[in-house]
Amino acid sequence: MSLKNKLHILKRKYRSKKMAPAFNALHTFLYLPNETTHNGTHIKAADDLKRTMNTVIMAMVPCLLFGMFNAGYQHHLALGEIQSVTGGLFSAEFWTLDNFMVGFWKIIPLVIVSYGVGLLIEFIFAIINKHEVEEGYLVTGMLVPLIVPIDIPLWMLAVAVVFGVVIGKEVFGGTGMNILNPALTIRAFLFFAYPTWMSGDKVWVHGAVERDQAIAAGQNLDAISGETILGALAQSKEVAYSTADMFLGFIPGSVGETSTLLIILGGLFLVFAKIGSWRIMLSSVIGAIVMGLIFNQVVASGWITESSNFYGLMSAPFWEHLIIGGFAFGTVFMATDPVTASQTNKGKWIYGFLVGFISIMIRVFNPAYPEGVMLAILLMNVFAPTIDHYVVQGNVKKRMKRVKVKTA
Amino acid sequence: MGLLSKKDAKLITDPLADNNPITIQVLGICSALAITAELKASLVMGIAVLFVLSVGNVVISLMRNIIPSKIRIIVQLIVVAALVIVVDQVLKAFAYELSKTLSVFVGLIITNCIIMGRFEAFALANGPWKSFLDGIGNALGYAVILIIVGFFRELLGSGTLFGIPVLGDPIEKTGVYAIGYENNGFMLMPPMALIVVGLIIWVQRSRNKALIED
Repeated sequence: MSLKNKLHILKRKYRSKKMAPAFNALHTFLYLPNETTHNGTHIKAADDLKRTMNTVIMAMVPCLLFGMFNAGYQHHLALGEIQSVTGGLFSAEFWTLDNFMVGFWKIIPLVIVSYGVGLLIEFIFAIINKHEVEEGYLVTGMLVPLIVPIDIPLWMLAVAVVFGVVIGKEVFGGTGMNILNPALTIRAFLFFAYPTWMSGDKVWVHGAVERDQAIAAGQNLDAISGETILGALAQSKEVAYSTADMFLGFIPGSVGETSTLLIILGGLFLVFAKIGSWRIMLSSVIGAIVMGLIFNQVVASGWITESSNFYGLMSAPFWEHLIIGGFAFGTVFMATDPVTASQTNKGKWIYGFLVGFISIMIRVFNPAYPEGVMLAILLMNVFAPTIDHYVVQGNVKKRMKRVKVKTA
Repeated sequence: MGLLSKKDAKLITDPLADNNPITIQVLGICSALAITAELKASLVMGIAVLFVLSVGNVVISLMRNIIPSKIRIIVQLIVVAALVIVVDQVLKAFAYELSKTLSVFVGLIITNCIIMGRFEAFALANGPWKSFLDGIGNALGYAVILIIVGFFRELLGSGTLFGIPVLGDPIEKTGVYAIGYENNGFMLMPPMALIVVGLIIWVQRSRNKALIED
């Protein structure tokens, strides 16, 4: 008997029992059930929720794989075992199996914990509330490992996932009802709960924290660090990476957000598949550019001098803000979340613009929160319904006027 | 209960659960969020409110027939303010460190909605004995939530209870810290108090469906 049949029989057996949603979910996750409706016509579209989610995951896979190579590369580079890349995108120093395996063994556990804990919560809530298991966690579960530092302890990740899924999503009624992006809720929880593991110059390279503890314990080793570019800029220090490195992603950072190139490819794929909103992505980039230009102008006109705390980040060229930190990743994969973003087209422009604008503002004005994009998206998530409301009301008013003109 | 009649006992037990001032009436949230990072502060705040509310209720109840209704809010305010000043001075005299932690929130008991609410809703219409019991009941209901929130926030946020380390030493890495546990800094921030209060409300309402309003 095939697995499909076995699952089908299991599903039958547990129909109208308490555990039914769990078996239904397993069955439909792996196979297309051959049950059809008996009456009424239904519109048949291939891009249901599961397909949508899978498309986003496909768009993120390159970032994930690159993240694995990069984890190993940064680790070995920091230990001084290999030379930094020279040949651009196809550098032989980067694409080695050794690099990949270091990242693989660190990142796969993150993925497993993220999915395991998150789906467990989804299953529990589905059984308690007696509804089918929703697919909402599929994308969140893939986003989470990509936006955390590589050495984050797994139990912290598990606690944060529980918090993010329960408080960020289930209390509002589950998939499609949430106000905040669950993946960002998880990251924000980690950021505020365990700041020592989420910021600073030690957490971004695999092994740096361990090495630090070993030194503290009296071993004779050289400390390694992987300061992020934002960290260096905030202290007005020289940035040690070339623009090409930043764009291609050969820099320390959260697992999947370093390579702007791959994120752009993922973004194009999402736009092409009509899953992600190009309006939000574009307007968010415009917002960031506008804010960056304003800051550049402030520096150019001499209001902010080198003695100022903000000088380093403000004087960074506006385009550099787009390729460093999590801005690109947040814009493409998080701000476009169809549930928490604005729904109207005009609203999307406003929403996206403010995401970009506020990201850079937080980044510059509060060096303690270098990941302004996370806070900016969460903030705009809260405002998205308000924006939509005014867009809709504005449209209503315009049309009412038209009616009045006609009748007058 | 031999000491209290059934009706009187209800005045005390009701606000503890099904008519809790914080979780059901959602009053007094401000202080519940601000001072519950430590269990000790929560406890002292609970006692302070217990004193102000029970004594204030009795005073208002005694005066209820001579207060002109047009200026009753002002009279109530004066009574609370007088009692709060007593509490504040006592704290400053005998527990100076603690009064610094509580800072402005002792003074803000004056504006705590629970107190004015009970004056208006109960003490103005009932005798002193009943008002006293009502004050005790509501203040205890408030204190219970504060202590629950304070317990979780201090335990998970600092790993201590009443300032005594219970989970081991985070710097020396003893106790649970030896296996990699770390304090949750988010617990010390007011937003987490709101979430903990929300979770208490969630648990309470899912146990008693009658409390759910649409």
